[in-house]
Amino acid sequence: MLEYRIEIALWALSGVLPFIMFSLWSQNDVGNSFGLNDIGLARYFLSAFLVRQFSVVWVVFSFEEDSLSGRLSPYLLQPLHPLLRYVAAHLAEQATRLPFAIAIAITFFILNPSSFWLPSLPQLFLAYLSTHFAFTIAFLLQSLVAALCFWTEKSSALERLIFVPYLFLSGLLVPLSAFPSNVLKVAMLTPFPYLINFPAKILAGMPADIFNGFLAQILWISLLVPSVNLLWKLGVKRYTAMGA
Amino acid sequence: MHNNPSDLIVVDQLSKYYRVANKQPGFKGTLKHFFDRKTYDVSAVTDISFKISPGEVVGFLGANGAGKTTLLKMMCGLIHPSTGLVDVGGFSPQRRQTAFLNEITLVMGQKQQLIWDLPPMDSLYVNAAVYGLSDHEAKVRINELAEMLELGEELTRPVRKLSLGQRMKSEILAALLHKPSVLFLDEPTLGLDVNAQARVRSFLSEYNKRTGATILLTSHYMADITALCPRVICIHKGKLFYDGDLDSLANSLSTSREVKVELKNPCASEQFKKYGEIQDLNDRFVCLLVSRDKLTDVVSNLLTDFDIIDLEISDPPIDQLIGELFIKGEVN
Repeated sequence: MLEYRIEIALWALSGVLPFIMFSLWSQNDVGNSFGLNDIGLARYFLSAFLVRQFSVVWVVFSFEEDSLSGRLSPYLLQPLHPLLRYVAAHLAEQATRLPFAIAIAITFFILNPSSFWLPSLPQLFLAYLSTHFAFTIAFLLQSLVAALCFWTEKSSALERLIFVPYLFLSGLLVPLSAFPSNVLKVAMLTPFPYLINFPAKILAGMPADIFNGFLAQILWISLLVPSVNLLWKLGVKRYTAMGA
Repeated sequence: MHNNPSDLIVVDQLSKYYRVANKQPGFKGTLKHFFDRKTYDVSAVTDISFKISPGEVVGFLGANGAGKTTLLKMMCGLIHPSTGLVDVGGFSPQRRQTAFLNEITLVMGQKQQLIWDLPPMDSLYVNAAVYGLSDHEAKVRINELAEMLELGEELTRPVRKLSLGQRMKSEILAALLHKPSVLFLDEPTLGLDVNAQARVRSFLSEYNKRTGATILLTSHYMADITALCPRVICIHKGKLFYDGDLDSLANSLSTSREVKVELKNPCASEQFKKYGEIQDLNDRFVCLLVSRDKLTDVVSNLLTDFDIIDLEISDPPIDQLIGELFIKGEVN
């Protein structure tokens, strides 16, 4: 089972993009133009890393494989919505990531002792809640694409349509405060800033519009839940149980 | 079709069409397939009707692509019918209501419910949670079924390390954990060796006797059908062309009998041509196919004309008959 233990470690390490971006921005001394000093930048990207660890979603890939291989068939015949199985798998994976995430955070603080901070309990609670909402939005967005498997069979290709804006507008590559104001206004109309930027800012103790942020997360969830339900109901009628 | 309260499953004028598109090979074919795709409907099941009573074991027979698996998928609610009606215990299967799902199970192949990298036991407890069984109930049920299926330590080894037979038995265990009263089994013995096939068969037979569960089964192995299914439904090119007991099917198909003769001395094949169709001739052994109406006369003449040590009369093997049936596409 050694390979699985290594795979788990690699999962955790695979989310180090925020650290690469931190290294890039801090060396070029552009943090100030984002309105952040080095410590602020370090805390933001560590928070972005942690939020990403607990909001990463891969349901479209698992669903596509299960759909094409026929594994979806027995799931459809059990008294549990198949998407809830994937939710359970994601939550289990998040629990597995936790010790690795803590170890990486400790290593980060050892390398950058000046950036050490402990969020207050209310901050931690709000960050936890917003990260869960971020996970829910990301999961629903991907489920929407995954449900297209009932039509296209290769919906993972369409996932790129979400991933590219996610990469640029979520705050994973750069804090959204770096964007020109008119671009920021447009970005805030999409769900992406609420997936990384909003929870990361709360966790890092940066000024954040808590009320509007949570309101936007809840609105996106309220919009996506019926959309996924509708697409699922329409799609499952087309299911042909191929591969089974 | 009138529904009798004693009917558990009612299938009425059921049809299923699939929309498909063909792609020609090569780059040109790919471009054409992308920009100018031509689709057409293929009929998988056409206007099929039958009823099944509780506790029956029914075998679905048909060549590859005949439509039997599509029929099974519609009956368990996995796919929606194009037209017609299916009623299983008062439920419309495609609605997949919880009460219906708690009563049925589907077994399709050997890589379905079990999580590949974990031992079956973990998947079994996941299934138990899905069906709302307590840990105690699950444990009792697992022990009971494991005993019937002769499964032991295999349940605590990763699924990927199990043999095909062990995997299949574990799949069956997972599928029956919630005590379903209707079992849909698609090729439950496919790929298994003879011993494993026999064990699965005897398990299903015992399960049916113990629980009174209704079993609907497709199989390419005639041994499964002859051992388990008093009633068979034959499907050919999406249409039902026989529904009845297996013995009657064999009788209606078999207008001839096999006559196997052991001779005291070897004889030339020409000497037997007038008695019937020679199936096999090997030294002192000859196998003839004789039409039923001539059987008495032929046997009498053989005994008179030859020095015979042994003579045996039997029906031709059912799988041979069914094979011929699918080629002909009709029952006599």
